[in-house]
Amino acid sequence: MAFRDDVRRIRAIVWKDLTTERRSKAGFSAVAALGVTILVLFGLALGPDGKALQSAAAGALWLAILFASVLAFNRSYQVELDGGALEALLLYPGSRWAIFAGKLIANLLFVLAMLVIVVAVGIVLFAVRVPAEWAALLGIMMLGVVGIVSLGTFYAAMSSRSRAREVLLPLLLYPMLIPVLLASMEATKAFLLGDLLNASGAWVQMLSLFDVIFLVATFLGFEYVIEV
Amino acid sequence: MSPAPTPSFEPPRPLHAAFGWLVFGFFIFTQAYAVLTSPADAMMGHLQKIMYVHVPSAWVEFAAVGVVLFGSLYFLWKEDERADLLAASSAEVGAVFCGLTLVQGMIWGRPTWGVWWTWDARLTSTLVLFLILVGYLALRSFVEDPHRRGQWSAVVGIIGAINVPIVWMSVKWWRTMHQIQSNPRSLSPEYLRGLLLNLAAFTLLTAWFIWRRYEAARYERAAEHVSQAAALGGIDG
Repeated sequence: MAFRDDVRRIRAIVWKDLTTERRSKAGFSAVAALGVTILVLFGLALGPDGKALQSAAAGALWLAILFASVLAFNRSYQVELDGGALEALLLYPGSRWAIFAGKLIANLLFVLAMLVIVVAVGIVLFAVRVPAEWAALLGIMMLGVVGIVSLGTFYAAMSSRSRAREVLLPLLLYPMLIPVLLASMEATKAFLLGDLLNASGAWVQMLSLFDVIFLVATFLGFEYVIEV
Repeated sequence: MSPAPTPSFEPPRPLHAAFGWLVFGFFIFTQAYAVLTSPADAMMGHLQKIMYVHVPSAWVEFAAVGVVLFGSLYFLWKEDERADLLAASSAEVGAVFCGLTLVQGMIWGRPTWGVWWTWDARLTSTLVLFLILVGYLALRSFVEDPHRRGQWSAVVGIIGAINVPIVWMSVKWWRTMHQIQSNPRSLSPEYLRGLLLNLAAFTLLTAWFIWRRYEAARYERAAEHVSQAAALGGIDG
């Protein structure tokens, strides 16, 4: 019974966060536009040589997603803090981890929606040839986004309530995400350039391992982070 | 905010200054011993001697991260403020040795590989570890409330320590898919003795540094407690 209550709580928080986003729209548009802008800047830095762009496409895509999504993580708590809603959320009965799960899923959906736009633009700008195994590529992107969002949602719970939150979140998050970024970039690159050596398999394992370890760690750690 | 009861402060038992001098003397001795007794390397010449500071720095940097992990876990378990201060002191010392390891590696790499920096697996993962430690210390400096600072940095410390082997693995794979990794050379005994002695000296030196930093941190906290108590209505007695 208790578990079903938690599921209801999670759903309520996801719904609340997504409704807030849908009603304002400005937040999502701004973040997605930023992702696209970063892609353009990468294109300018690396281009206009087509070959160079193609081989750098995977890296540029992932960095654009990372940079843009960091803004989403801080926002997701900032909205609560502005209205003094986080205290109320904590006062409601129920498990703390349900709050984290709700925020995490809402952020996941937010980042995935942004990813669709950024990847679509990236395919055009970087002249990416979409591989036949595009479904597997989507799976890799999903794994990578789960890694980014789990740690991002977790660290934002701290950084958004500290001084200097704009600098603190990237400073904490980027070094921690290096395994996810390396694995996602390399696996994506392998797929985009035709995975002849089947190099992506090891990276997919690495991504799955990272996701499992840090999902467990952040779920366990969230209680300590949110209560104080 | 949970009103943490003001713990009655007992000053940390200071390690006798003689211990520091002894450790420092031992360190000078092991350095001199290693440098003087090891023959010039066939390929690297006397450049090899940087190993006696480089390898021990790398070792104590990982040991310091181990202390951060231990202190963080203990703090979350027992809420003992001293564990938090120990972890923080250890992170600072670890960051210093991490930075030293990087600089020494670059000094060695320049004449050996011809470049200051190469994206070698060990170099790169040490750099990432350095950045993780910097993030940990930055978090501490940006959070005022001691209880919150303790909880947050403990969690960040644990998660960061978990990530160290994963970072290492990922960077290693990333390297091997691009280029062959350089292998550590097997050591002959005349080098090994000096290295082991220096490992011992560096370990003691690090313990000394961490302890002194920890003592300072305890005094800082005690001062905070006193000013807090004074602000809340005066100190009796």
